[in-house]
Amino acid sequence: MSTVVPPASAPRVGDLALRCNGLQRYLGHGEGRVHVLKGVSFEARRGQVYAIVGPSGCGKSTLLYLLGLLDQPDGGEIEINGQPMSNSDDFARTAARGAHIGFVFQFHFLMLEFTALENVMMPMRKLGRLTPAEMEARARSLLDSVGLGAKTHRLGTQLSGGEQQRVAVARALANQPSIILADEPTGNLDVKNSALVFDLLTRLAKDNGQAVILVTHNPEIAQRCDVTRPMRDGLFV
Amino acid sequence: MSPNLRIAFRFLTAKKRAMLMSLSCTVLGVGLFIVTQATTSGFEEFFVRTLLGTDGAMRIEDRKQSTLQSMEAAGGTGAHILQREGVKYIEGVEEPQLIKDAVRNFANVRGVSAVLRGNVQVTSPFKTEDAQIFGIKLDEHRLVSELERKITTPGGLGKFLESTSAVLMGRVLADRLQLSVNDSISVSARGETRRYHVAGIYESGSRDIDKTRIYLDLGEARSLLRRPTGATFVQISLHEPNRARQDAAHMEDVLGHSVRPWQEREKEWLSVFRALRVSSAITVTVFTLIASLAMFNTLAMIVLEKTKDIAILRSMGYERRDITQIFLWQAAIVLAIGALLGGLFGATVTWGVSMVPLPINTLFKTQTFIVSWSVWHYVQAIATAVVMVMVASLVPARRAARLEPGDIVRGTAQ
Ligand SMILES: Nc1ncnc2c1ncn2[C@@H]1O[C@H](COP(=O)(O)OP(=O)(O)OP(=O)(O)O)[C@@H](O)[C@H]1O
Ligand SMILES: [Mg+2]
Repeated sequence: MSTVVPPASAPRVGDLALRCNGLQRYLGHGEGRVHVLKGVSFEARRGQVYAIVGPSGCGKSTLLYLLGLLDQPDGGEIEINGQPMSNSDDFARTAARGAHIGFVFQFHFLMLEFTALENVMMPMRKLGRLTPAEMEARARSLLDSVGLGAKTHRLGTQLSGGEQQRVAVARALANQPSIILADEPTGNLDVKNSALVFDLLTRLAKDNGQAVILVTHNPEIAQRCDVTRPMRDGLFV
Repeated sequence: MSPNLRIAFRFLTAKKRAMLMSLSCTVLGVGLFIVTQATTSGFEEFFVRTLLGTDGAMRIEDRKQSTLQSMEAAGGTGAHILQREGVKYIEGVEEPQLIKDAVRNFANVRGVSAVLRGNVQVTSPFKTEDAQIFGIKLDEHRLVSELERKITTPGGLGKFLESTSAVLMGRVLADRLQLSVNDSISVSARGETRRYHVAGIYESGSRDIDKTRIYLDLGEARSLLRRPTGATFVQISLHEPNRARQDAAHMEDVLGHSVRPWQEREKEWLSVFRALRVSSAITVTVFTLIASLAMFNTLAMIVLEKTKDIAILRSMGYERRDITQIFLWQAAIVLAIGALLGGLFGATVTWGVSMVPLPINTLFKTQTFIVSWSVWHYVQAIATAVVMVMVASLVPARRAARLEPGDIVRGTAQ
């Protein structure tokens, strides 16, 4: 409980935001136990956009969960903004998620009983850095920037898959995290909206000095990233 | 509103069926608890009120006899000597005035009345019945019984006070002898017969009393029964009838007479009521357990349906304890609404039951089902619901908090 997470303030482009070294992850039990990540090392700097590409099943999502502190590695180290996280307790990892990491899941993105606006405000309410009025203003502007300004009061169930995905992107940006991890954030989107979301993420990386790491199957998007890391069978190649 | 409460509220309103299920469990649990309490204690309280209103909270009878004195007494006076649990007693109270003065010093005592009792035969123009004369001083006896309120004939006690040849008779006895107010009767005791008139007819509520007791002025009773001094017993009413046992024990030490509190006097019936209470307590407990099991089940289901949301919340920085809180809030909301509705439901059913016709005319007299209205039944029911719901929700809530977000998103959470 003692680990204090420093605020994500004073970001300097080029600073190391995230670093992992020799990450190992096994999944499943007994006969079905699979060595999914076989010692992955990776670095992400502020202001840069990274693409992780690779065939289906190579371990991209698994890696992203580890980097997002949603899962714990069987071996290796993770550092978030210079803080070692591999051995930290749940409380410290949760705090780091709230303050430093914005996560976009590959599937199921939203809390469906809540409106788009409420979904985007959810992380801000937990962090509590802004007043309710500021939270709402920020959530509206984020939804605006993903092209959903007119649908802020729609419930999750009343949004299409692609719209849900864009709300999820807006939500990942809510607390101005220094690290944005997005698992195929453009997977369900048409060309126009893919471009919208990708441009938004790139602009944030450049303007706010955030590190953006995204998994994508779209070669065009991968090509436009600052760094592309191809992955195969649990290892970067 | 705190974020967690807000989320809890939305989860609940979105899952209307699960919410209604757990809500109805709580409402039924609380309501049934209240109704059972109200109906079980209703008859008992009414019975106790009836018996306190007729025979008072306690009676002082029979003087305790020290061994030395008992030899003397046995040789001389011819008084009855009783033996109970190794202690010898002389029947009756020999010095009622002394006893009354001493008893009045006890703080809890409301009224004291000396009563002289004797067996008689009552004859009306119609027939003759056995009965018991209770010689009383009305101004004293008023304070230890509800005789005044139990007179059903017009004029109340007024006519009784006018003359020493006036008697008060129980309804059952009066009916058997086919008597009404102002009718004459002759009463025989120890070979002597005197004429009296009926000044009032009472209904005590207890059939046994109403078919035997005739109240008469104490002075007249002494003369009729040829007992110029002493009393059969001294009847006492208390401000706090529930303290009768302690007070009786204390008085027994101080006065040297046996003092019987109402709890001991009516032991048999009270134990019947106690058995009744135990059996309904068992019913309520079983129902409460079933209701909380259903509650547990529903909450566990809500948690299962919400695992994805848990993963999303956790990924945004919500802590384990936030997750616990969210699910406990849901239980608390259900509990609050359930307690309120359950209370109303319980009160409504209790009222409905109190309207059910149920003529009883033996131990006590009533036309309808007797219920008891006590705020404590509601407090107890809600307290039980709080404990049960919190216990039932704690396990699912903690389970929810333990889920690892990584396991949830991979679908391997269990
Ligand atoms: N619970 C599990 N038990 C065993 N193996 C698992 C389990 N979950 C995932 N895997 C395996 O781990 C590997 C990596 O899965 P992961 O989801 O990281 O792939 P991915 O690269 O994200 O694929 P995609 O592009 O299809 O999303 C896969 O081969 C998968 O079969
Ligand atoms: Mg994947």
